Amino acid sequence: MIKGTVLINSETCKGCELCIVACPQGSLSLSQKINLRGYRYVELSQDNCTGCTNCAIVCPDAAITVYRQSKQQYKKAV
Amino acid sequence: MQQEILLDGMECVYQKPATLTDDYLHYCPGCGHAVAHKILMEVVQEMDIQEDIVGVAPVGCSVFAYNYMNIDMQEAAHGRASAVATGIKRVLPEKYVFSYQGDGDLAAIGTAETIHTVNRGENILIVFINNGIYGMTGGQMAPTSLLGQKTSTSPYGRDVEHNGYPLKITDLVAQLPGAYYVTRQAVHTPNTVRKFKKAVKNAFEYQKLKKGTCFIEVVSNCPSGWKITPKETIQYLEEKMFPFYPLGDLKVPGQSKN
Repeated sequence: MIKGTVLINSETCKGCELCIVACPQGSLSLSQKINLRGYRYVELSQDNCTGCTNCAIVCPDAAITVYRQSKQQYKKAV
Repeated sequence: MQQEILLDGMECVYQKPATLTDDYLHYCPGCGHAVAHKILMEVVQEMDIQEDIVGVAPVGCSVFAYNYMNIDMQEAAHGRASAVATGIKRVLPEKYVFSYQGDGDLAAIGTAETIHTVNRGENILIVFINNGIYGMTGGQMAPTSLLGQKTSTSPYGRDVEHNGYPLKITDLVAQLPGAYYVTRQAVHTPNTVRKFKKAVKNAFEYQKLKKGTCFIEVVSNCPSGWKITPKETIQYLEEKMFPFYPLGDLKVPGQSKN
């Protein structure tokens, strides 16, 4: 499976959990820590992200940046 | 440093559009307004029309839309955003013009302006965010509130005898001959967001061809006003809002004109 990862801006995240619902892999979860504004923010908790961008598309605060392996890289890895 | 190692050779497939400013959004967690802003700005970026677009901000929760959208913006009086957009379009006919309005703005105080703008067939895009409540002022009943919906001014639920029926302004607008493209979308799941993006893109394409008014309703959520969590709003939208406000195109080009 193509591997991906997300970078979450913990300061703009408001912990609305819409991305957690949208993630088909269940790789996101709320952290136990809070950010400067007092919200529990979302973090990548499992290493099964495929870079499908679903979480980033529904994120109201545009806090998520998604990275994905290119196809050549994937072929090389396999 | 550690992140750079993790991202080793991966390519960026999604990031915040450059047409959104870096300001912290004042919206409540999970608000549909912010998603709509983001998608509008993504379309602006993809069509490369940042220099050629003018937006009109309304009064309501999205009153500070001009702080977040990095394009030319104009604030309008309450309910008059479509009238102001008309003026802008007539003075600058080569620019893309859109008005961004909520349900208190467009369906209550601005009903007359909206209907006449669409009836004149002004060549603008109207984005209508419908969450069935007055979010900014503290969750009062809006014309679009559902029957039985509890708000701060209808604490026992909206009742027909006292408050009348919810207003389906999009259906009303679809009857007018000036309307070219009328659609109802949502922004609560990735799929619906993608459809909304497509609708916005179509609307700007039609505007380029000077076809007439495009009207996009977005059935949105209001976790603070509905007094539920953002996660629960997804269920609420699907169970209560969509049966009354069904998603889909109400008027598409090529269909018989009314």
